Amino acid sequence: MSERWILLKRNLAEFWRVFRRNRMGKIGAFLLITSLAMAIFAPMLAPYRPTETIRDANGRGLTFAPPSVHGPLGTDDAGRDVWTQLAYGARVSMAIGFLAGFLSMAVGSLIGIAAGYFGGWIDTLLMRITDVLLVIPDIPLMIVLVAALRNLDIGFSPIFLLILVIGLLYWTSTARLIRSQVLSLKERQFVARARAIGAGHGHIIRKHILPQVMPLIVANTVLIISVAILLESGLAFLGLGDPTQPSWGTMLNFAFARNAITRGAWWFYLPPGLAIVWVTLGCTLLGNVLEEILNPRLTSHHLESEAGMVARASVESAASGT
Amino acid sequence: MSRRDYLLRKVLLALITLSVVVTIDFVLFRVLPGDPVRAVIGRGVRISKEQQDALRAQFGLDQPVFPDQFVATVGQWLQGNLGFSWTLRRPVGEILMSKLGNTLLLISAGQVLSIILGVGLGLFAGWKRKTRIDVASLTFSLVAWSVPTFWLGIILLAIGSTWLGLPTGGFVEPKNIGKPFFEVLPDVLRHLILPTLTYTVVYLGEYMLIMRSSVLEVLGEDYILTAKAKGLSHWQVLRRHALKNAMLPIVTLIALNLGFTVAGAIYIETVFSYDGLGQLFQQALDKKDFPLLQGAFLLLAVTVILANMLADFIYTTLDPRVRQV
Repeated sequence: MSERWILLKRNLAEFWRVFRRNRMGKIGAFLLITSLAMAIFAPMLAPYRPTETIRDANGRGLTFAPPSVHGPLGTDDAGRDVWTQLAYGARVSMAIGFLAGFLSMAVGSLIGIAAGYFGGWIDTLLMRITDVLLVIPDIPLMIVLVAALRNLDIGFSPIFLLILVIGLLYWTSTARLIRSQVLSLKERQFVARARAIGAGHGHIIRKHILPQVMPLIVANTVLIISVAILLESGLAFLGLGDPTQPSWGTMLNFAFARNAITRGAWWFYLPPGLAIVWVTLGCTLLGNVLEEILNPRLTSHHLESEAGMVARASVESAASGT
Repeated sequence: MSRRDYLLRKVLLALITLSVVVTIDFVLFRVLPGDPVRAVIGRGVRISKEQQDALRAQFGLDQPVFPDQFVATVGQWLQGNLGFSWTLRRPVGEILMSKLGNTLLLISAGQVLSIILGVGLGLFAGWKRKTRIDVASLTFSLVAWSVPTFWLGIILLAIGSTWLGLPTGGFVEPKNIGKPFFEVLPDVLRHLILPTLTYTVVYLGEYMLIMRSSVLEVLGEDYILTAKAKGLSHWQVLRRHALKNAMLPIVTLIALNLGFTVAGAIYIETVFSYDGLGQLFQQALDKKDFPLLQGAFLLLAVTVILANMLADFIYTTLDPRVRQV
C-alpha cells in the first residue's frame, strides 16, 4: 500500500512539474475554478434572491433597467437582478454539465472497457450499438426525447431529465477511445502474467486495466463536461430547461423570447453567453492539456524549420525507437 | 475484406440505424398522452361519440399498437405520408418539403465557406506550426468551439441589425413573400449574410483544427522528407503531397458533422427567424405539435443517415487504402 502511495505521489509530482509550465493549462484551470467558485458561493455573491423583483420608489417593477441604475448588470424583463440570476444560473448549468459529464464518462468507460477487454461478440455488439448511435443526429434526438418525456408526466424534473438524456446519449467518443486503449493494454505482459497466475476478469480489470486508463478517462471527462454544458445551454435555449431554476441557457431563452435584443438590453443577453464561453473554454483548455501531458504525440514535422531539421528528426526517431 | 463487402456492411449499418430511428420515432410519439383525434379536429369542435370512433378507426387507432399500428405507420411513412400537423392543419410532408430548399441553401452556403476557409487556414497553421499565426488560429478555433451557436447568432444579429443595417430576420422582406425566387434574389442574399456568417464561424474552427492536426501528421511522414529532399519548394510539397492526403479526415468529418450541422440549422434559424426546417422544428417543439416534430425528426435523421452512407462510398473511392482493405 505504502509503495503504491509513493508511486502515486511521484506521478502527481511529475504531472505537476509539466503542468506548471503550461500556460494554456493554467488559464483553463483558472477559468474553471472561478466558475466553480461562482456556483458554490452564489448566495454570498448575489445581492438579491433569484426570484425577487426590484421595484422603484413608486413600487413599480424596474424592468430592463440598464446597469448602474441599481446594480452591476441591470435587470431582466421581470425586474430581477441579472447578476443574481447569473450567479444562481452557474449552479444549474455547472450541476447539469458535471453530472451529465460524469454519467456519460461512466457509461462510455464501462462500454469501452467491456468491449475492449472481452472482445468477441460482446465487442461486436457494443461497437455496432456505438456506430448506430454515432450516426443519429444527437441534438435533434435529445430534443425529441426531452420533449416527449416531459409530456409523459413520469415525475422527472426537467433538470434531471436533461442530465439523463445528455449523459446516456453522449458517450460514443469516450467508448471508442477507451476501447482502443484497453485493446492495446490487454496484450501487455502484466495482464498475461496476472491471467497466468489465475486472476479473474474482475480482478484484472480493477487492478490492472482501470488504473492504466484512468488518466485518459480523467482528461476525457473534463472535455465531455464542456460539451455537456454547451449541449445543456442549447436545449435550455430552445425552452427545454427548468423555468423555475434558470440555467444560463434558460436565461438566454428568456432574453430572446422577451425581445431583449430589439430593446438593446445587452446586459441581459451578453453575460450568460460569456459565462458559458468562460466555463466551456476553461474545460476545453484544461482537457486538451491533460490529454497532451498524459498522451504525448508528435512534436515536430519535416517542413518546420530549415537548419538542423534532419538531425533533429533522426534524433527523435531514434529516441522513440522507430 | 473487399471493397464490396465493406460497402455492404455500411449499407447494412445504415439500414439498422434507419430502423432504430423509425422505432424510436414511433414509440416516443405513440406513448405521448393526449388524443390524436381530438387534436386533429381541433379544440372546441363538438362531435359525437360515433364520429370520434369512426375517425379513430380511420386513423387505425382502434388496432393494437404492435404490430398493427406500427406496421401501418411505417408503411405510411414509406409512402411519404408523415401525418397531419396539429397547428398548421396541413400534411406534415407537404410542410417539410416547402421549407427544405431554404435550409439547404443556408447549410450549403455555410458549409462551403467554412470548409474552404478551414482547410486553407488549417493547412497554413500546420505548416507554420508554433509561429504566431498558428497560435492565433488555434486560439480562434478553441474560442469558436466554446461559443454556443445560438448565442453567437444573437450577438451577430444585434451587431448586424444595429450598426450594419442588415435585416433582423426572416427569409425575405414581408413585401417580397410569394414572389418568384430569382426576382427577389438580392433580398434573399441580404437575409442570408448573418446566418451564413454565424454558420461559418461556428464550423470553421473545427475544420481548421482537424485539418491542422491532419497536416501535422502528414508532414511528419517520410515521403514528405523525400519530396523535400528532391528539391521541391515548401509550396510544392504542400500542394502536391500534403494537401490531398491531409484532406481525407475532412471528408469523414463533413459526414460526421452532418448531424451537428442539422442542429446548427435549428439554432441559427430560430435566432434569425429564417423560414426553414430548423425554425419549423423549434416551432413544433414550442407549440407541442407532435406530428410535425415527429415528421421533422424523421426527415432530419434519415437525411443524415443516408448522407453518412454516401460519404462512406466517396471515402472508399478517395482513399486507396480502404479500396483494398
